[in-house]
Amino acid sequence: MAAKAFSATKSEKVFDIFNVILMTVILIVTLYPFLNVLAISFNDSTDTVRGGIYIWPREFTLENYKTIFSYTGLIQGFKITILRTVLGTILGLISSSMLAYTLSHPEFKSRKFVSTFLALTMYVSGGMVPTYMLMRHLELIGTFWIYVLPGIVSAFNVFIIRSFIDGLPYALQESAKLDGANDFKIYYKIILPLCKPVLATIALFLAVGQWNSWFDTYLYNGNKPHLTTLQYELMKVLASTNQGAGMANANDLANQMAQVSPESIKMAITIVVTVPILIVYPFLQRYFVSGMTLGAVKA
Amino acid sequence: METLSASAGTGNVSATPEPSKKRKKGFWQTVVRQKYLYLMSLPFVIWLFVFNYLPLWGWTMAFQNYKPAKSFSDQKWVGFKNFVDLFQDERFYLVLRNTLAMSILGIVFTFIVPIFFAIFLNELKGSIFKRTVQTVSYLPHFVSWVVVAGIITKMLSIDGGIVNEILMSLHIINEPIQFMAQGKWFWGIVTVSDVWKETGWNAIIYLAAITGIDKELYEAARVDGAGRFRQMWNITLPGIRTTISVLLIMSIGHLIGIGFEKQFQLSNSLVTDYSEVLDLYALNYGINISRFSYGTAISMFTSVVSIILLLTANGIMKKTTKESIM
Repeated sequence: MAAKAFSATKSEKVFDIFNVILMTVILIVTLYPFLNVLAISFNDSTDTVRGGIYIWPREFTLENYKTIFSYTGLIQGFKITILRTVLGTILGLISSSMLAYTLSHPEFKSRKFVSTFLALTMYVSGGMVPTYMLMRHLELIGTFWIYVLPGIVSAFNVFIIRSFIDGLPYALQESAKLDGANDFKIYYKIILPLCKPVLATIALFLAVGQWNSWFDTYLYNGNKPHLTTLQYELMKVLASTNQGAGMANANDLANQMAQVSPESIKMAITIVVTVPILIVYPFLQRYFVSGMTLGAVKA
Repeated sequence: METLSASAGTGNVSATPEPSKKRKKGFWQTVVRQKYLYLMSLPFVIWLFVFNYLPLWGWTMAFQNYKPAKSFSDQKWVGFKNFVDLFQDERFYLVLRNTLAMSILGIVFTFIVPIFFAIFLNELKGSIFKRTVQTVSYLPHFVSWVVVAGIITKMLSIDGGIVNEILMSLHIINEPIQFMAQGKWFWGIVTVSDVWKETGWNAIIYLAAITGIDKELYEAARVDGAGRFRQMWNITLPGIRTTISVLLIMSIGHLIGIGFEKQFQLSNSLVTDYSEVLDLYALNYGINISRFSYGTAISMFTSVVSIILLLTANGIMKKTTKESIM
């Protein structure tokens, strides 16, 4: 009996040690690439060619960052990316919270229709070419609005917010109604303030989506330098000297236009493009974890 | 399991049968009474109609010899010609093979790894370490595929890439492997990149589901002498079965519509025979060389097969495990 208990605790110990090692390996595998990129971005660009930079720069310099900020494409990319992120996030928040509110309203007559109409968009899509043709007909190609308008309503986001509103005590709305408030007032004065945690989650989803998107720029606005975005600029720079590993489909003109960039410059741009989002997410962690849970496991 | 679309209908009070005229009048009265609710939803319904449903109308192009300059009534209708061309194109089968290969690898690995990551993370004792691992594991999710592809290319590079350096120093290989330049590595690289990027994020849902499991079950198992592996296998895994089924159905629905961002970013001209997936094929043949009708046929094929797969997976799951998303 005693021997059995002993072996149980011993195997528990072995398991715990194994688990800690496993998690440490995962930690290193996840972090190392970022630290490596960071180290190279701070290393002298000619020295980098010698190789052997791991997680610490050998010849520390800020030159790479100075160089990239003199690159006009990047500055323009920053402006457009910030603009689309701010606008896309605000419009997305307004639309999804309003729709979610109406869908959580038990008396709303067309609730079932709107809900089904919305849910179907998660499973059925016209596909890339029909969407492209639609954008052509709407004359959105070559404009800034193509970054913002098509994605304003997202079914997934609406359903997350709806689940959250469903969890709020309905008595709050009822008493406001008795006081003579109309549905819009209830949404604006009562629901929105209570929804702050879930709205923070959705704002993060929307902002990350906007910040990271590159395909719309490539497909619709690739030849419009004044509408370029950060990710697209990064894509061009990274593609410039990948020794035969350039983008398969990127138009060659873009490749030729981007100068041959040394490794350290590429890494500095990668950091500049990535860091703003990475600074934000740990602070929103507790919100998005609960938001994801609302969206998917509503058991 | 109350699910997204199923819950759509709950609480909807069905109207009692009435003469149709009266009912119609009643409907408009409700609309007026609920005008704010309509004002807050109707604009977005129209929005959805334009951006999500109008492209479906675009499927008509697949049956035409579509010319952008002509109006709809002037287009030449060609029946199934574009589909016949598509199914006769050898490239199509290559692309379909690539799509299926990468999506099956994706389902196997990016689906299973997060489940086990969540289960093992849940077993960690120290709460600070646990939280650190968790926070760090989300990090790659927030990075774009442009950046991830840059990082992966760097890690796998032949001069100074860490992967080649480690393999060399362990004497597993004698000279660096050209990972990015050889087609045979491509599917693996895409899968590993995806696992690296999304494991932490995909584990969130499972971690939440694990928190919901009754703690007394573990107590009881421990009293019965069940070890940690046994508890993981017999309590944790069955406890998150519902979550697993639902997510599995969803991912099967995306079996051939797997997206193309990672393939686009990680590929180069040397590996296109392994990297081209349906969406990229539609992009290259439909948009880049303006064969819009042919491209639409590809897009339509992808969408229709996705829906069939989703419904099939949903049906099978409903029969076998009583879980469904619809």
